Amino acid sequence: MTSITRRTVLSGGAALAGAAISPPFAPAAVGNQKSHSGKTLVHLTVNGHARELELDPRTTVLDALREHLLLTGTKKGCDQGQCGACTVHINGERVLSCLTLALAAEGCRVNTIEGLSTPGGPLHPMQQAFIEQDAFQCGYCTPGQIMSAVACVREGHAKNDADIQEYMSGNLCRCGAYPKIVAAIKQARPQLEKT
Amino acid sequence: MRSFEFERPSSLAQAAKSGYGTAQGQTDAAALYLAGGTTVVDLMKLDVLRPRRLIDLSKANGGREIELSDTELRLGAFAKMSAVAKHPAVLSRYPVIAQSLQFAASAQLRNMATLGGNVLQRTRCPYYRDPSWAACNKRAPGSGCTAITSFNRNHAVLGVDESCISQYPGDFAIALIALEAQVDLLGPLGSRVIPFASLHRAPSGAPHIESTLKEGEIITAFRIPVGPWTRRSSYVKVRDRASYEFAIASAAVALELQGDTVQQVRIGLGGIAYRPWRAVEAEQALNGQPLTEANVEAAATVALRGAQTHGFNDYKPELARRTLVRALLETKTMSVSQA
Repeated sequence: MTSITRRTVLSGGAALAGAAISPPFAPAAVGNQKSHSGKTLVHLTVNGHARELELDPRTTVLDALREHLLLTGTKKGCDQGQCGACTVHINGERVLSCLTLALAAEGCRVNTIEGLSTPGGPLHPMQQAFIEQDAFQCGYCTPGQIMSAVACVREGHAKNDADIQEYMSGNLCRCGAYPKIVAAIKQARPQLEKT
Repeated sequence: MRSFEFERPSSLAQAAKSGYGTAQGQTDAAALYLAGGTTVVDLMKLDVLRPRRLIDLSKANGGREIELSDTELRLGAFAKMSAVAKHPAVLSRYPVIAQSLQFAASAQLRNMATLGGNVLQRTRCPYYRDPSWAACNKRAPGSGCTAITSFNRNHAVLGVDESCISQYPGDFAIALIALEAQVDLLGPLGSRVIPFASLHRAPSGAPHIESTLKEGEIITAFRIPVGPWTRRSSYVKVRDRASYEFAIASAAVALELQGDTVQQVRIGLGGIAYRPWRAVEAEQALNGQPLTEANVEAAATVALRGAQTHGFNDYKPELARRTLVRALLETKTMSVSQA
């Protein structure tokens, strides 16, 4: 039953006929950006590179990164905004890419784990600290942990262990590497504060 | 996720003009406004919300101000939770607001979520969030309530009726209701102001209609009056884990003391009620009285009078009572910023 409804809606504005406009409302003014059920152009600056993507409006930033730009470093954990594995920076702030529609990020700067260091160059101090402190086991949550950790230090929320624990609570680690994640952040903090 | 049409009006005024279908806060509205997306995108993925139009307000100008005047604190409804939580004027003059925001969600979600979206967030009732449960009056009007006879450990005990026992999950709203905030609204016909206390509806047998917003209306700001009680204020949140969790009981408290005597007290309760809850009778019991432990205990008991439990949440009234006692006693002795 669900699939029939979905196809009906997908088949193009037909299902919208019921939404007749009555006063005091006005039809969308000229100049409004409006996307129908078909694909829409989205412009993002990903790790410093301008990208133009043709996306279904339902596409999240997470799926745009993984499925369309093949940047699979950002992980899909719960896909419901509960685990933090998909954490990226949008316009410099850490957010959940699984709950951000790509269309809603139009024109934004998106930075992912792939952009932290250059290929062949040295690792970012936070990446290096995670390795040296053995701050992961399976590694699935790690890109999200590292992106969150970099932001945590930049925000000034890594003053002590309790502070780090509170401000890193949005990144779950089912392997339970938490104490070593705290240690890694403390190791990297002075280097990040210098830059 | 079902397909939808995506619109981005260039201004809030234009958005309100195109906001037909966002009828009266109904969960099955044909159109939805999108701000931070942390509720709307989540519930669209779960197939709980099925809007045919999504009207993106996130790029519209305005609504992000944080301004303190002689008479009020004005918080733009599109300000992010993280920005308000760290604002110096909020931290020193309205600690209860700063704490209610800081103790909510995670750093990532607070960077995304707006104040307006936050107060309108939907319940975490698992029977609402999962459409494979047929009976949910909030999601499917008239279908019944699964929670009332099922696992209802974190369901509401105040303000419920037989149609819905879901719990309002937010924290910020508890501070707003305690401090008698006003809400600025913009609709297709212009603007109006309502008391925050009248924004969320009682279930009244129709829990699918959650707010008193009219079709097309957008929350543009919250205005919180200045008062001698706002500096001595705090938010105590009790939850199943230390961070990144919804409340199972919480209390927002603001106190004006003269010596040990209560001049005025404001009390909001969270984690236990169908909608943001103000404990007016408990306030009346304390006003003019010495803030002793005995008086606080008695007032907190009054606050939970009339609680209705449904088995797994039998523990809640006593937990909420103790949470309020702790909040009042801690707020009494807190150090108050002179900034």
